[in-house]
Amino acid sequence: MLSLMIFIPLLGMLVVLFAIRREQEELAKRVTFIITLIPLLIAVFLFIDYDRSASGHQYEEDMMWINAFNIRYHVGIDGLSVTLVLLTALLGPICVLASWKIEKGIKAYLALFLLLETGMIGFFCALDMFLFYVFFELTLLPMYFLIGVWGGPRREYAAIKFFLYTLFGSVLMLIAMIAVYLKGGTFDIPTLIELAKTPGHALADPTFQIWAFLGFFIGFAVKVPIFPFHTWLPDAHVEAPTAISVILAGILLKMGTYGLVRVNFAMLPEGMDFFCNGEGTWGNSLAILGFINIVYGSLCALAQTDFKKLVAYSSIGHMGFVLIGLAARNESGLTGAILQMFNHGVISAMLFLLVGVVYDRAHHREINGFGGLGSKMPIYTGITTLAFMASLGLPGLSGFVGEALSLLGAYSKFKVLTILSTAGIVVGAAYFLWTLQRVFLGELNPKYEAITEINGREIATLVPLGILTIVLGVWPSIAIDMFREAVSILPLVQ
Amino acid sequence: MEKLENIASIPYFIPEIVLVVFAVIVILYDLVSKKQGGDGAAYIALVGLVVAVVTALVIGSEDRSLFLGMVRLDSFAMFFKIIISVATAATILFSLRSVELDPETRGEYYALLVAVTLGMYLMASSTHLLMIYLSLETVSLTSYILAGFLTHSPRSSEAAFKYITFGAISSGTMLFGISLLFGMTATGDIMLISIRLGEMFSQGNVYPLAVLLSITFILAGVGYKIASVPFHMWSPDVYEGAPIPITAFLSVASKAAGFALFIRLFYSGFKSADASIDWSMMLAVVSALTMTVGNLAALPQQNVKRLLAYSSISHGGFLLMGGVLLTSEGLQAILIYLIIYLFMNLGAFFVVILIANEVGSETIDGYRGLVSRAPLIAVSMAIFLFSLTGLPPLAGFAGKWILFAAVIKEKLYWLAIIGLLNSVVALYYYVRIVKAMFLETSDDTESLSFSPGSLVLLLIFVVPTLLLGIYWNPLYELSRASLGKLMG
Repeated sequence: MLSLMIFIPLLGMLVVLFAIRREQEELAKRVTFIITLIPLLIAVFLFIDYDRSASGHQYEEDMMWINAFNIRYHVGIDGLSVTLVLLTALLGPICVLASWKIEKGIKAYLALFLLLETGMIGFFCALDMFLFYVFFELTLLPMYFLIGVWGGPRREYAAIKFFLYTLFGSVLMLIAMIAVYLKGGTFDIPTLIELAKTPGHALADPTFQIWAFLGFFIGFAVKVPIFPFHTWLPDAHVEAPTAISVILAGILLKMGTYGLVRVNFAMLPEGMDFFCNGEGTWGNSLAILGFINIVYGSLCALAQTDFKKLVAYSSIGHMGFVLIGLAARNESGLTGAILQMFNHGVISAMLFLLVGVVYDRAHHREINGFGGLGSKMPIYTGITTLAFMASLGLPGLSGFVGEALSLLGAYSKFKVLTILSTAGIVVGAAYFLWTLQRVFLGELNPKYEAITEINGREIATLVPLGILTIVLGVWPSIAIDMFREAVSILPLVQ
Repeated sequence: MEKLENIASIPYFIPEIVLVVFAVIVILYDLVSKKQGGDGAAYIALVGLVVAVVTALVIGSEDRSLFLGMVRLDSFAMFFKIIISVATAATILFSLRSVELDPETRGEYYALLVAVTLGMYLMASSTHLLMIYLSLETVSLTSYILAGFLTHSPRSSEAAFKYITFGAISSGTMLFGISLLFGMTATGDIMLISIRLGEMFSQGNVYPLAVLLSITFILAGVGYKIASVPFHMWSPDVYEGAPIPITAFLSVASKAAGFALFIRLFYSGFKSADASIDWSMMLAVVSALTMTVGNLAALPQQNVKRLLAYSSISHGGFLLMGGVLLTSEGLQAILIYLIIYLFMNLGAFFVVILIANEVGSETIDGYRGLVSRAPLIAVSMAIFLFSLTGLPPLAGFAGKWILFAAVIKEKLYWLAIIGLLNSVVALYYYVRIVKAMFLETSDDTESLSFSPGSLVLLLIFVVPTLLLGIYWNPLYELSRASLGKLMG
């Protein structure tokens, strides 16, 4: 079942590449759309069928892959991954729809997109560290080309910057991974988690765990991105085409935080303890990084005049909540962090889609260059307002729940930092409301007399995400129930 | 192990004899056909290689010492003989498609290729210092001629001249090291050298510095063949000036033979000395320098051949990492990396040949917009380059993985970190070619056409580069079997 979901896009890539002729652009888009619906259907089925009361992994598939290093093809999902798999599968068809207007080399674009989807879904399902790493890296290549070929004016610079940063992070991760393998003798993540808890085992050695933690952490921190590794993100987002920005913010950033939970949190509890116990020089470091992300990201967003850059920096801020929730290491903090991962995926996807809509019409993203669009594009304005409100954490919409739970959890451990971090929410409200005012309210900028309202295809990409933000805002337990068991078996600290 | 005397050795030496015979046949054919033979000489040379490999396989790889301890026949030698033969065969096929080479002199060219293969066979199997030196010189002398084969091109002559000058100096240095070693141990047999060195160190009647000096001097000869720092200076100029098939050949076959010699010499001969003089640490530094210098020098290159030359230096540094560990995992990693390197590097050079033929350019600018002119070639080149970078799921990643696992197992973390950071640097210059091919556009938009034969040949390199990254169990088994009794 999981393998089917992982490899259908790969198969689809071959179909798009070899079975469809270059002229049949429309057909290529339709076929890709249908292909991306299959993982979505499977993901929805998994979401419904998943046994919420059981702990551990479900739908496991496990077989020997490379004997020499005891590398296995082992996939499975728990409550944590099933939500992210659903998010990935949902954004698949949405992004294909959002890419409908791409003209240059659409076949190659779609093929790369499908390859990317295989990498992302595979990453969230992998339970073998080697496989996990392979899928992690598999997303790099298509992303490089998708930004580099189909991006904006500075696309070459943005693409290579993204590539180099991520590869730098992942080579450090590779060293940590080999070291863990040599100590544990296996790549199997559930086994390694057990071994790391066994007193006296080489993997449970605190010094070793601290170093391994650092290796993995830098690898994931580049992806999240955590300050000071974040500088690739604004460039990549601004240059990437809309659909790819959606994937970047919606999924790729989550790969970083998911890795932090799956590896750093679950597998290296001693290392985690060293950086989050609230004592000594290092004990607050993770929470401080979270705080910096929140405040620095929000302040940077406030200073932006480019709509897309603003959303990009707001992503950095929102990832800070995940980090500070993780650093708290209690049930509330962790639940908040994981929920925030999912919610941010939905909300930031909406925001980037919305930026894409206005960019397609106005061909620029200068916030001060608009004004009064509300009178011409009422539906668009309405959806944007919903997304903004969700993102700034208005109670009743999904963004609020995750952030509130993260901060609630963090408050019991890091009082001062948590209080200071709430400043980020205020700044967040400021830049979103200010943007709303500058773009949609006031006198209509005469340049945009003829601007057209959002069309049906664009609405179709936004509606499912909008519904999710509302549903998860009023009924968050639909998601929280999924990963309650998964959280409870993590090494929490009360 | 039986030590066969001269006459009894001959039946086990048939593959080498086959190569000699075929080299002569190629020359005679060239004379008889009055230089009008066209590609016939190439096909004869190919047949010769096939016959040599088949006879080698028939004879098998049971451990035997031939010619009173001069040459050894074992699975290790067998492994390298096959690698070298494949690389030579590929070079011959490339040469058939090269437009650089003068049709009049092609007969001699193929004869020389067969002769250099013979030298490399011997490099892989020599176990006596004298034989080691002779085999090294056989390879070097023929390589000088091959590098300078484009007689109308000043660059090619320059390449040959530099190659000779550096070669002469380093082989002279090596000879000096050999004579020192011979003076101390009174034998040329590397197995005996190993025993004597062990005895001398345990009895304390030796100057460690003298041994270290002689090993360092010998390293000059080996380092020159594998282009390790500081003996690498010849390689960018030679690689740039030589005909492209020869560049490909030197970067793969010559390097493989050099590593065979290195492993034989340092693991069978000098391993017992490591405890006292720690030559492996010296090599670790050489390895780190080699990959760093190679990578940094590759960054600003505009000529793709030259860029690949520097990248090949840095891959030599990577390979050397496996050689400093004194473990069988390290050696296994070298063997596996060599197989993978063979496919990805030869593949990349083949694309360079195809582009040089069709576009007439060896610079990165010539690759602009290649994806719209020749999509299959561009995608293949991207696969080779990303594999050279070591990105999963391509073969280069498997090679890198095994190598770094071996290094980290020996707790040489600093070396592993330098190596991995180097692979990030490497990404930058490989991607420059990818960027030109995919992200930039060219004024020329006319699509390029290639013969079906060329495309099939290209696929022969693409398919293993893809498959070996996903499934490399067989490589692991093969390399373990090939090491045989080498590690004792």
